[in-house]
Amino acid sequence: MAYSQRLTRKAIAWLIGAVFLLPLTTSAEVPMPVIPKAKGQECVEPTDVMRKDHMNFMLHQRDETVQRGIRTTKHSLKECIECHNAPDESGKVANVDTPDHFCSSCHTYSAVKIDCFECHADKPENTQYLHSIVDGKTPHHANMKSEDKTLSKETLEMLAAKGKQ
Amino acid sequence: MKTLTYKIIDGKSNGYLALLGILGLFVLGGAAAFFFMEHSGHWASGMTNQIVWGVPHVFAVFLIVAASGALNVASISSVFNRKLYKPLAPLSAVLSVTLLLGGLTVLVLDLGRPDRLIVAMTEYNFKSIFAWNMILYNGFLAIVGVYIWFMLERKMNKYSRYAGFVAFFWRLLLTTGTGAIFGFLVARQAYDAAIMAPMFIIMSFAYGLAIFIVVTIASYSWTNRPLGDVIFERLRKLLGVFIGAVFYFVAVYHLTNLYATEHHGVERFILLDGGIYTQLFWIGQVIIGMLIPLALIFHPALSKSRNALVVASILVVIGGLAQMYVTIIGGQAFPLDMFPGKIVESSFFDGGINSYIPSLPELALGIGGFALSLIMIALAVKILRLLPADLSDAEISPHHKA
Amino acid sequence: MSQQGTDTSRRQFLGKAALATGLSVAPGVLLYEVAHARAPEMPATNKQRWGMLIDTSKCATGCNDCVTACQNENGWGGENSSEKLSADTQKAQWIRKVKLTDKQTGHVQSLPLMCQHCETPPCVDVCPTGASMKRTDGIVLVDKHLCIGCRYCMMACPYKARSFIHEALKDQKPHVPRGKGTVESCTMCVHRVDSNGTPACVESCNKEGHKAMHFGDLNNPSSEISQELKKNGGSQIRADLGLNTGVRYQGL
Repeated sequence: MAYSQRLTRKAIAWLIGAVFLLPLTTSAEVPMPVIPKAKGQECVEPTDVMRKDHMNFMLHQRDETVQRGIRTTKHSLKECIECHNAPDESGKVANVDTPDHFCSSCHTYSAVKIDCFECHADKPENTQYLHSIVDGKTPHHANMKSEDKTLSKETLEMLAAKGKQ
Repeated sequence: MKTLTYKIIDGKSNGYLALLGILGLFVLGGAAAFFFMEHSGHWASGMTNQIVWGVPHVFAVFLIVAASGALNVASISSVFNRKLYKPLAPLSAVLSVTLLLGGLTVLVLDLGRPDRLIVAMTEYNFKSIFAWNMILYNGFLAIVGVYIWFMLERKMNKYSRYAGFVAFFWRLLLTTGTGAIFGFLVARQAYDAAIMAPMFIIMSFAYGLAIFIVVTIASYSWTNRPLGDVIFERLRKLLGVFIGAVFYFVAVYHLTNLYATEHHGVERFILLDGGIYTQLFWIGQVIIGMLIPLALIFHPALSKSRNALVVASILVVIGGLAQMYVTIIGGQAFPLDMFPGKIVESSFFDGGINSYIPSLPELALGIGGFALSLIMIALAVKILRLLPADLSDAEISPHHKA
Repeated sequence: MSQQGTDTSRRQFLGKAALATGLSVAPGVLLYEVAHARAPEMPATNKQRWGMLIDTSKCATGCNDCVTACQNENGWGGENSSEKLSADTQKAQWIRKVKLTDKQTGHVQSLPLMCQHCETPPCVDVCPTGASMKRTDGIVLVDKHLCIGCRYCMMACPYKARSFIHEALKDQKPHVPRGKGTVESCTMCVHRVDSNGTPACVESCNKEGHKAMHFGDLNNPSSEISQELKKNGGSQIRADLGLNTGVRYQGL
């Protein structure tokens, strides 16, 4: 093999090797995520259980709800959002494409893409309800009419806590 | 037959690099179109809620159908024991794999949620012919992969016959499944016919062989390898027979529909007043796709010319794409017959011919898939020993007259 | 100060009042439970088959109340739609009003057309992943967790009931998830039905006084819809396909 050929191959090999060593050049510390505090007393499961298994709860519950029509609220995604993205004092809620959103805060840090909110609403029912009063488009009870007559326990507690403030 | 020497092509000429470059550009165009459509949504395509399958599906289904047909030459040698086709069997098998991969790429990249391909591979509704097709397409790749191995690996050559049998029956199932995609649909006037499956099989013979002929003649003439008249004549006559068979099936399909008053509407649309669809049917599918190629193949003077056969094959491909357009898009353009005898109007475009304008991303994706198939076979002949070095008459059949 | 026995007369009164109230309300509650209830933790069963009946003679050509109600309930269409990039032919429509003019007689009719919730739905047959599904109580749905967006169900539907979402959506209603790249259609307001409600279109039609649409349990012979069907009949669109639709029409 000619010298120039050997040299070219060596150069290419070094370049490929260098690419694999690139991660060692990073030194910046990524800050720990700031996870927004949820309303309500406590979550439906202990924190360490949720950290490990929240995806499994959701994967199981979604089939139960869509395919079998079981609408228990404990692991319902809608109920999670009611507490974890409840409107603050000024009525603001977070959007999932910002790290202020409860789910995004951790998922952005861990670089695990979630596609739940391509379809699911990332905000609670209450915000839509407020909007419809402001817009004046529908009578303000219209949205409530279509729902369960009862709010979840957690939502009631949250609303009661708000009332007390 | 003497043992032939298979050699890889040199692949260093400017022409070869230019070929790879041009095909590569089209592949990149297809990739760019995919990224745009997937990121932004299908609003960027011309497909709508009325015409849900468009140009990408025309190309994808064409490539998939042609893929199973491209395996014909290998099948004829292994299953039907025609020794004269044996030298071209490896090329035939590899071409069928590359065409299938190109078609599947376009099909998968056009999905609304291509990121959910894993779901498609793990959740199966076995009443759906689509689900069966997933298994048939992947199985085809595996089976033909084994077949290619048996043909290229000297000590496995004696088993290649059995792999050829399995591949042959599998591709019949696969093409039946592809035709059944349309044949099983009760909703639309142009579909819901048992003839769709065998018609697709016959079309696969013609389209696959046409592409195979172009690839073979191009490979041999561009590498200055001899390709004898014996093989040339075989391929020419075979293509003629297949085109004739396609003509028969298309005629039966339309004549049967014309007999039933129920189908007069859609037949009138395709054959008479469907605008672009009528033009594509008569000029594209019939004249360009069948009549002119038949003339080129059987004309006493022209039939000797290699160029005439290549032109005929390219016209068959164009005719095939036109046929897919008429079948897939024309079939959707004609409105559903929900209220016979009534004029139907609604905000959801019921009751009228649905319009469709192909968009650039769709064309780029479809052509990109075709280019992907071609670039893969162009690379395959350089990497694998697929092409016999010498296919002149003296080499393959000293006792045979052309 | 010494403790005296507590005065229990008020307690006794309240107790008796509660008992009286409970006794008078209980039978009603019991009947309500028997007649309607499906508790949230119970799955849907095939004891019920939800269906609709539409009387086209009461359906006015220019009226769009059912369509508007569906749009507001499920968050599609209208001016507030987040489908800004899609062409009109690409925008989703779950229900539409169809105007029919007889070619021979010139007779004009109007009817709302939505997913017919067939008993043997072609869309369910063709879906490769099983995303297009029929619940045991007859409601045909798309499980969007499984939908890959191949649109084969849209090719297969004899009523062109399904829509494909051509762009990213925002501000979906929390009870109606919808997203880019998946297929959707009328759900018969399954979220309302599961809380013993009626679909928004039927509710709106009745509220506005047109009373052209009925909803109920086709498996219960004493339901209003079953009795109406028995008395005055109802036909399917494209009945020759043998799909046994859950949505029936009168006057066609």
